[in-house]
Amino acid sequence: MLHLILFSVFGLVCVVGAVNLLLQKHPINSALSLVVVMGSLAVEYLLLGAEFVAAVQVIVYAGAIMVLFVFVIMLLNAGEEEHTEGSRVAWLLGIPGMLAVTVIVCWALLMHSDTRTVSLGALPGPPADIAQLLFHEFLLPFEVTSILVLIAIMGAVVLAARPESAPERKEG
Amino acid sequence: MIPLSCYLVLSAILFACGVTGFLIKRNIITIFMSIELMLNGVNLSFVAFAAQWHNLSGQVFVFFVMVVAAAEAAVGLAIIIALFRTRETLNIDQVNLLKL
Repeated sequence: MLHLILFSVFGLVCVVGAVNLLLQKHPINSALSLVVVMGSLAVEYLLLGAEFVAAVQVIVYAGAIMVLFVFVIMLLNAGEEEHTEGSRVAWLLGIPGMLAVTVIVCWALLMHSDTRTVSLGALPGPPADIAQLLFHEFLLPFEVTSILVLIAIMGAVVLAARPESAPERKEG
Repeated sequence: MIPLSCYLVLSAILFACGVTGFLIKRNIITIFMSIELMLNGVNLSFVAFAAQWHNLSGQVFVFFVMVVAAAEAAVGLAIIIALFRTRETLNIDQVNLLKL
């Protein structure tokens, strides 16, 4: 019962945040509602027993990535989005289409699912077990992602750096 | 006790919201946030299936998805900054050519 109430409340918060992201005109409002979505998703992970994923969700997604988004929105002084002919067509075609697809997918999931249930904290996954898995069976993918992150850092620095003819930079 | 399908439906709704935002939004930063929303929806179904089958590999995969999302956010936002420097706009209708 408690599980159902927590799931419903935070699932509702999650969906409302996601819809609010679509309805808001200003990017900063969209970013803040995305933080709400990620925070409530972390609670859903906790309900499933995935403590490690919940912690990483809060730290990496709601913390680091969203700070990056908010920083860029403020840096670029992004204003309200303008509407064009293309955006009206996208509204008219996109929203009914996605509503139809969502209803069909949800119907299929609810009709054809078996009666398996997930109990509160079903996943016996303490972080130690995940570390064991990560550093033994998934060691090679882990190292590959570390290289990926290194390349991404260098790429971000190169892309966001000012062009080399910047006046304030002089050879010393 | 909650059926697994409830988690999957929530994940599908989040993914659909992400796709809708990708289609209807005109601000490049908001489109980028919609992509993050789609990734979050997929992560939720990964964790739900991991709980269903009592297999921790799903959680490890979520970890990898998060790493890739972080790298993607860093590079993507750097590209947006570089784009804004040359075009002075964030509206994708005005950024439809690679060359100025």
